[in-house]
Amino acid sequence: MSKENGLIYRISGPVVTAVGIAPRMYEVVRVGHEGLMGEVIELHGDQSVIQVYEETSGIKPGEPVVRTGQTLSVQLGPGLLTQIYDGIQRPLPKLEETMGVFITRGVDADGLDLEKKWEFNATAKKGDEIGPGQVIGTVQETETIEHRVMVPPNSGGKVKAIKSGTFNITEPVCTLEDGTEIAMMQEWPVRSPRPFVQKYAPDVPLITGQRILDFLFPLAKGGTAGIPGPFGSGKTVTQQQLAKWSDAQIVVYIGCGERGNEMTEVLDEFPHLIDPNTNKPLMNRTVMIANTSNMPVAAREASVYTGITIAEYFRDMGYNVALMADSTSRWAEAMREISSRLEEMPGEEGYPAYLSSRLAEFYERAGRVRTLAGDDGSVSVIGAVSPPGGDISEPVSQGTLRIVKVFWGLDAGLARQRHFPAINWLSSYSLYPQALDQWYRDNIASDFPEVRTDISTLLQVEAELQEIVQLVGSDALPVDQQLTLEVARMIREFFLQQNAFHDVDTFSDLGLQYHMARAILSFQEEAKKAIAGGAQLEDVVNIPARTDLMRGRFEKGYDERIGELVTEMGKQIAASMEAN
Amino acid sequence: MSGKEYRTITDVKGPLVFLNKTEPVSFGEIVQLRLSDGSMKNGQVLDTSDDQVIVQVFEGTSSVDRQTGVKFLGDVFKLPVSKGLIGRILDGAGRPRDGGPEIVADEMADIIGAAINPYSRQSPESFIQTGISAIDACTSLVRGQKLPIFSASGLPHNDIALQIARQAKLVGSDDDFVVVFCAMGITAEEYNFFVHDLERTGALENAALFVNLADDPAVERLITPRLALTAAEYLAFEHDYHVLVIYTDMTNYCESLRQIGAAREEVPGRRGYPGYMYTDLAMLYERAGLVKGKKGSITQFPILTMPGDDITHPIPDLSGYITEGQIVISRELHQKGIYPPINVLPSLSRLMNAGIGPGKTREDHKSVSDQLYAAYAQGRELRGLVAIVGEDALNERDLQLLKFADIFEDQFLRQSRDEDRSINEGTLDLAWDLLSNIDTKYLVRLDQKWIDKYHPTDRKDSEEE
Repeated sequence: MSKENGLIYRISGPVVTAVGIAPRMYEVVRVGHEGLMGEVIELHGDQSVIQVYEETSGIKPGEPVVRTGQTLSVQLGPGLLTQIYDGIQRPLPKLEETMGVFITRGVDADGLDLEKKWEFNATAKKGDEIGPGQVIGTVQETETIEHRVMVPPNSGGKVKAIKSGTFNITEPVCTLEDGTEIAMMQEWPVRSPRPFVQKYAPDVPLITGQRILDFLFPLAKGGTAGIPGPFGSGKTVTQQQLAKWSDAQIVVYIGCGERGNEMTEVLDEFPHLIDPNTNKPLMNRTVMIANTSNMPVAAREASVYTGITIAEYFRDMGYNVALMADSTSRWAEAMREISSRLEEMPGEEGYPAYLSSRLAEFYERAGRVRTLAGDDGSVSVIGAVSPPGGDISEPVSQGTLRIVKVFWGLDAGLARQRHFPAINWLSSYSLYPQALDQWYRDNIASDFPEVRTDISTLLQVEAELQEIVQLVGSDALPVDQQLTLEVARMIREFFLQQNAFHDVDTFSDLGLQYHMARAILSFQEEAKKAIAGGAQLEDVVNIPARTDLMRGRFEKGYDERIGELVTEMGKQIAASMEAN
Repeated sequence: MSGKEYRTITDVKGPLVFLNKTEPVSFGEIVQLRLSDGSMKNGQVLDTSDDQVIVQVFEGTSSVDRQTGVKFLGDVFKLPVSKGLIGRILDGAGRPRDGGPEIVADEMADIIGAAINPYSRQSPESFIQTGISAIDACTSLVRGQKLPIFSASGLPHNDIALQIARQAKLVGSDDDFVVVFCAMGITAEEYNFFVHDLERTGALENAALFVNLADDPAVERLITPRLALTAAEYLAFEHDYHVLVIYTDMTNYCESLRQIGAAREEVPGRRGYPGYMYTDLAMLYERAGLVKGKKGSITQFPILTMPGDDITHPIPDLSGYITEGQIVISRELHQKGIYPPINVLPSLSRLMNAGIGPGKTREDHKSVSDQLYAAYAQGRELRGLVAIVGEDALNERDLQLLKFADIFEDQFLRQSRDEDRSINEGTLDLAWDLLSNIDTKYLVRLDQKWIDKYHPTDRKDSEEE
């Protein structure tokens, strides 16, 4: 047991080498007189290499290093929702209480409030045979979310005693025949995926209310998406829109190495935003992790794992969870920084050789699963990528694209034209439509997939025509092609552009999206007929009803009025033919 | 403090000194080197172990030999801070450069600076009027923001920075800004330009300067901005000042960072810059903002010159990912003789929406800004087309937009170095006057109600009534 305590041998930035202890890989250790938290990341003869989650200046060789015997874990239980954590699950409000507005070091804080009492309602009974992951009771954690207390994945047996009542999260609420006591809180090591029975193919869309995403490049519940884009192209706004409007029941938002003010904005805004599905503040379903760019890099490396473990925990209760990581590039850079301090042989652009396998492992923790208790739950993962210079041939973008099934490519050119969301409709893709089409036919409209194909074909054709227009001008095109250009412009300006800062336009439900797309196609159809009947293209294009249709989307009650507006448009187009 | 002096230097490599057989030394500890001729140098511990300590020497290692005495001072680098910093000129390591006395410290502040708890931040939302139309209308600055100027050699970024420092104010408030100016590797000529201008306008009494010039030690540049920001934090959060930090040139700072990385034989990232440059820059840029319960604020204006005018170069690229927007200076506009040559299209202020609108600037600000962008972007695009097909091929709308782009550059962007335009009467009304050159039916980004209220013909109507 003499191997419990050792001494610091070397300090180089966030990497500390200790001698005299024999810890396990990824074990958490306490470093120095202040007991800074660190994690063992390499064993090398008698030396243990530790990444430290806090600032290391002022620490000397010869200071103690103490084993804890545990790997880096998170506390899971009631109290997670509405909380904001740093990368290693320390609640930021708690840190403010203990050390003021600046984050100094050496402060421990539990991830969950261990004192707070919760109203526990037992659903299992004495004598029940309960297995791992099974729900034994519930707690109303926030107004909208019921927290389901589960048997830890490594436990199970016959219930000897269980009681409803008011408890804190460490008090046992259930005792098994073999003497095991189960409390509301459990712990789980962040680097190990939580177990489940089986992964399903995703076949239900994650509805985000963002037209270009839902309609053209949908993400399935349990799917994975990557959003690469240069700075200023709207990555963060897109991520925040998803956090606000996606129809997941739980949202985990990881601000990984990003700006402090952005997290503040989220914190200021979310409590005031109303979830369209429940009419309650969005904060009720949200867990936030904020490890800004100037906070310690090792904790940034851990933040992604902390987040996904929390997401998996809610998935195990049978919820659909959406996780946003902004930005995975900063996470990769944290790996690179640590790797270079370890003097590892670098792979491409200085990133460690294991970069792509780490990325893959992370995204692989997404999925729609059958939980241990036999329910359905899902974790959808949406990762932002910040490629240097906007060039996605770099390792993080490429490593991500190899794994994710949806690619939402942000485009600096579109952003400069103030076309938002600046998602390029030609380069983006989604591999889910085939799997989801049946759902659309059953739930939205039987011809939904066909309408989508028509819209995306129009955009493709426009791109080809634009090449000709660049050379000869649009007047040189035949009338039918000029009409196609006009229709495509309508798709871009009316359908694809969506104002995230506008009360009404910020969210469109799937039914409305379908009707808007149909309205565009019906304009095309009517206009074709009218032009064939002798109407002038200019007259058809300039009818007031079309402007009303397009501007109408900024007004409340648009979904009720769109039918009338389309009918009126049809009438006016027909009239324009008669006028000639 | 042990006070022991070691003479155990084994290697000297670039700005680094390696020594062994020391007692335990802390990471980040400050080091004093006494050369054989009695002169002193300062340094900091970069790597420490039982066997070897690596020290980075701020003044460079020339004349260091194996006989040089090395003393570890038992503490990390600290700056003496007090209100007395205002009106002073210090060198890159924080020593008086103006011939004045040493700073009498109220407090010794750690220059690395701790991260602000994101939960404790306050959202920046007070509009700062710079009096420069391009910035005020299109990339509005708010108090607590970090907005870099992306420039290139030979462009008038210094004039713009000074004009901002001179003119910046909160509308309807008497709060003045205190300027903290940080020079990193700029030439004596540039420095004199700054000092003279600050003197001329009397701003020098309200400023603290930290100066590392081109012929000062390159490694010292790594601490100069940290000193400046430490002073800024002290003034903002202990004495409620609104601090405007201007630092120039970030490119020199990054060069020094690369130099240290190379000397340590680190694995380089893109273009030889260290892999941790993002984190390192973030530790400077993120020291901007407002915090709950404190009245003061820190607004940052870093200036960087893009090598080869390349915005994808690692320095502007990583900066752009951390800062809240950027102001891009254009060589093309400069060559046309337009001052300030700000290209509004790639410029951006991420916090703009929080700082403008009714009660802050004016209700039509957002619409006007969007319309200016859209019209100017299309006008510029048409210039390319006209070069190929000629103006005759353009329709009415395109001709108007083409003309607008010229007017916009000539009358909206262009202003004199002393011209201080107010946001409403100076900048936004001017924007409306210029937009009136375009038929209102093409101004699709403007709400009808703003057209009715602010369009010059309507404005005139209501005046005549």
